[in-house]
Amino acid sequence: MEHYHMNLNLKVWRQKNNQSKGEFKLYRVENISSEMSFLEMFDVLNEQLIRDGEDPVTFDHDCREGICGACSMYINGKPHGPWQANTTCQLHMRAFKDGDTIVVEPWRANAFPVIKDLMVDRSAFDRIIQAGGYISVNTGNAVDGNALPIEKDKADSSFAAAMCIGCGACVAACKNSSAMLFLSAKVSHLALLPQGAPERKSRVMNMVAQMDKEGFGACTNTGACEATCPKEISISNIARLNQEYLMASLTAE
Amino acid sequence: MLNAKIPAGPLESKWTDYKGHCKLVNPANKRKLEVIIVGTGLAGASAAASLGELGYKVKAFCFQDSPRRAHSIAAQGGINAAKNYQNDGDSVFRLFYDTIKGGDYRAREANVHRLAEVSANIIDQCVAQGVPFAREYGGLLSNRSFGGTQVQRTFYAAGQTGQQLLIGAYQALERQVALGNVKMYSRHEMLEIVKIDGKARGIIARDLVSGKLERHFGHAVLLCSGGYGNVFYLSTNAMGSNVTAAWKAHKQGALFGNPCFTQIHPTCIPVSGDHQSKLTLMSESLRNDGRIWVPKKQNDTRKATDIPEDERDYYLERRYPAFGNLVPRDVASRAAKERCDAGYGVGSSKQAVYLDYASAIERYGRTEANKQGKSNASMEEIIAMGKEVVKEKYGNLFDMYEKITGENPYEVPMRIYPAVHYTMGGLWVDYELQTTVPGLYALGEANFSDHGANRLGASALMQGLADGYFVIPYTIGNYLADEIYSNAIATDHPAFAEAEKAVNDRIHQLMNIKGKQTVESFHKRLGKIMWDKCGMARNEQGLKQAIAEIQALKKEFWSDVRIPGEIEQMNPELDKANRVADFIELGELMCIDALNRNESCGGHFREESQTEEGEALRDDANFMYVAAWEFKGEHQWELHKETLNYDVIKPSQRNYK
Repeated sequence: MEHYHMNLNLKVWRQKNNQSKGEFKLYRVENISSEMSFLEMFDVLNEQLIRDGEDPVTFDHDCREGICGACSMYINGKPHGPWQANTTCQLHMRAFKDGDTIVVEPWRANAFPVIKDLMVDRSAFDRIIQAGGYISVNTGNAVDGNALPIEKDKADSSFAAAMCIGCGACVAACKNSSAMLFLSAKVSHLALLPQGAPERKSRVMNMVAQMDKEGFGACTNTGACEATCPKEISISNIARLNQEYLMASLTAE
Repeated sequence: MLNAKIPAGPLESKWTDYKGHCKLVNPANKRKLEVIIVGTGLAGASAAASLGELGYKVKAFCFQDSPRRAHSIAAQGGINAAKNYQNDGDSVFRLFYDTIKGGDYRAREANVHRLAEVSANIIDQCVAQGVPFAREYGGLLSNRSFGGTQVQRTFYAAGQTGQQLLIGAYQALERQVALGNVKMYSRHEMLEIVKIDGKARGIIARDLVSGKLERHFGHAVLLCSGGYGNVFYLSTNAMGSNVTAAWKAHKQGALFGNPCFTQIHPTCIPVSGDHQSKLTLMSESLRNDGRIWVPKKQNDTRKATDIPEDERDYYLERRYPAFGNLVPRDVASRAAKERCDAGYGVGSSKQAVYLDYASAIERYGRTEANKQGKSNASMEEIIAMGKEVVKEKYGNLFDMYEKITGENPYEVPMRIYPAVHYTMGGLWVDYELQTTVPGLYALGEANFSDHGANRLGASALMQGLADGYFVIPYTIGNYLADEIYSNAIATDHPAFAEAEKAVNDRIHQLMNIKGKQTVESFHKRLGKIMWDKCGMARNEQGLKQAIAEIQALKKEFWSDVRIPGEIEQMNPELDKANRVADFIELGELMCIDALNRNESCGGHFREESQTEEGEALRDDANFMYVAAWEFKGEHQWELHKETLNYDVIKPSQRNYK
């Protein structure tokens, strides 16, 4: 792989706190290596800002290997930037070329209020899980792990849904700020397993109710969520969610 | 002074006897007892969920925006358990034995045996929670091998086992939040332990969004705050992973055990330049199928694929025929360093070796061709089928490699090099996981207990969950049973006021330095000192230099650091400054410990102490102890020794040949 260096213009959303009005600010970073990650480029920018006596840009990040789900930048109009199946932290600068202008914004959704700059509050996701995204089994209640065989394809589909990292890119990508992909991933993960069966109906009803309460929008099946999901969570999970919800509503007592 | 409180009796019945005789707290009293938990990774989330289920009033804290993001999530390969589902000779005793041996005989027998005993319960619990472990076509759980063992006891969920286990524990935790048994404080960082009458009675935490300090009371405090690998700046740890909670506890009287025991993981993506902010692990599970090699010729600049088979040196298979590519991590890391130092390294930096999947792809492809009855499949078809199998097993790791390096590991071998990954050292705890401060506990990577001088792969997840699900629910009752007469202490108690003032003063002191150098630049310099002089190989002269350099760095930090922004606002630079200040002090103690331990064991390699073949040479006569350090004042520590007694296993020179 050929390495190169580049100078870039950055248009970054700056917002002091939740109350203040935000605005774009223009910055220039120079001599950026194509081997850097996107967040390392932001590290360079922040070091520069601190040296110049300015406030560095605040953004969420932690593992920097694409699994914790903390990073959340809306880059050139796309959550997590231009690469497919990718998180911001795993986006590398070889995706850009010398002279590019890169626009960086926070996730935009009513249910994700901005905390500062590019950092938003995604605690709504935790509250959706609290509404039923679990199997009620106290520690010590379990039977032997192999007591209940599970068909491999079901276990695999469950795992594919459980891979969701809760980053919120699906919400940010959706024109309605719907959280259906996130919610459907959790409902599918648990509904596909026999252990999840006893609470199947109450789970889906309660989680959907919480999602609505948090102010997420409705799903109109545009598929933007699936296209942007860093873990390629399939939109077929939304179909399963709808089916689960319908079944639960029809048989509700 | 050090009493490990190991129960009497034969090794295999210690834990059963303990559980049968420890004190209990009745349900009505549990509701009155408050427990603070700092950190929500596998240890913290599992402890919070389990204690909440028992009825204790739990407050859990994490610095991330959600407990689901704790760094346990990044664990890739798997979790060990002595289930013997494979019928390949595994047992509780073998898991216990492998862990003690893998730790190079520097762990406590009683703790490790307990860990092996509860390992099977962990798998059951996780399956019941809906953790989607990998399964075979028959619907039963699948296993794979990890380093340092000859059985298949590792359970996994592709390369995302940590994520799946953490989500299981997180969901159990959120269920308790919903039930009102746990109150969750996200984006909060613990900055001080509050002690009253010698007991841990609470914490001072900073709300990272508002920047305000808060006082929280607890009848007991559990630190589940992870390891301190980020003292090296570059490590596989998450950016936020830090030692601050453990370090505050240490300065309040908790002894720090074996601080120099660091695990350098053999298979990480090599450093690409000065901009590097962290290193990424390529799971040890890749060593199941991948073969590690370097060219036989020094400074060979040919492409990997142009180097013929007979000009490749599969040095692990050559040096350790019995374990081959699956030797323990410390052994594999040193072997890679040895080859690179001798001039056989590859890639532009020459600080890398190859991890090659070509033969595994072919082998899997042939198996697949047989399965599908394609006896006359072409080589191309075989390779294509093999790639599919490898993709299913390790796809996410291969993708991650490609994103970071821009190279396709299905076509060319990966380049890997050792990197700091885990810290076996940590707060000294007794058998009940209690530190030397009454009421203050440490769980998971934050304690020193179970891995000796080297941790075996797939054992960190096991230990974190063992501590949280199956150990602390019993041992904390033994302490809290005597606390039922203590009412909650109001947080206007002078001890809280004093602790808060100390934190506040320190934050103001940091902000008022208004120097010229960034926090990041200090952290990088500390990391370089640690990696060069207290890394994969250590010697007396280097360690002495490192101590002097760190002391000088500390002075410079406290006189020239520049922290922008304000105190009472979201200020990540201030958060980082608090953490780096503690890392600097810890770095000094690590070097002191490494200097004191004039032997090689596990991941701690003193150049003065090696066999003729360059293997780590222990000195059991002089160092068969846990070094537990007591903080005495700036640059001053006192060493306490906990002698390790091996009643069941006879320590010997580790042999993986």
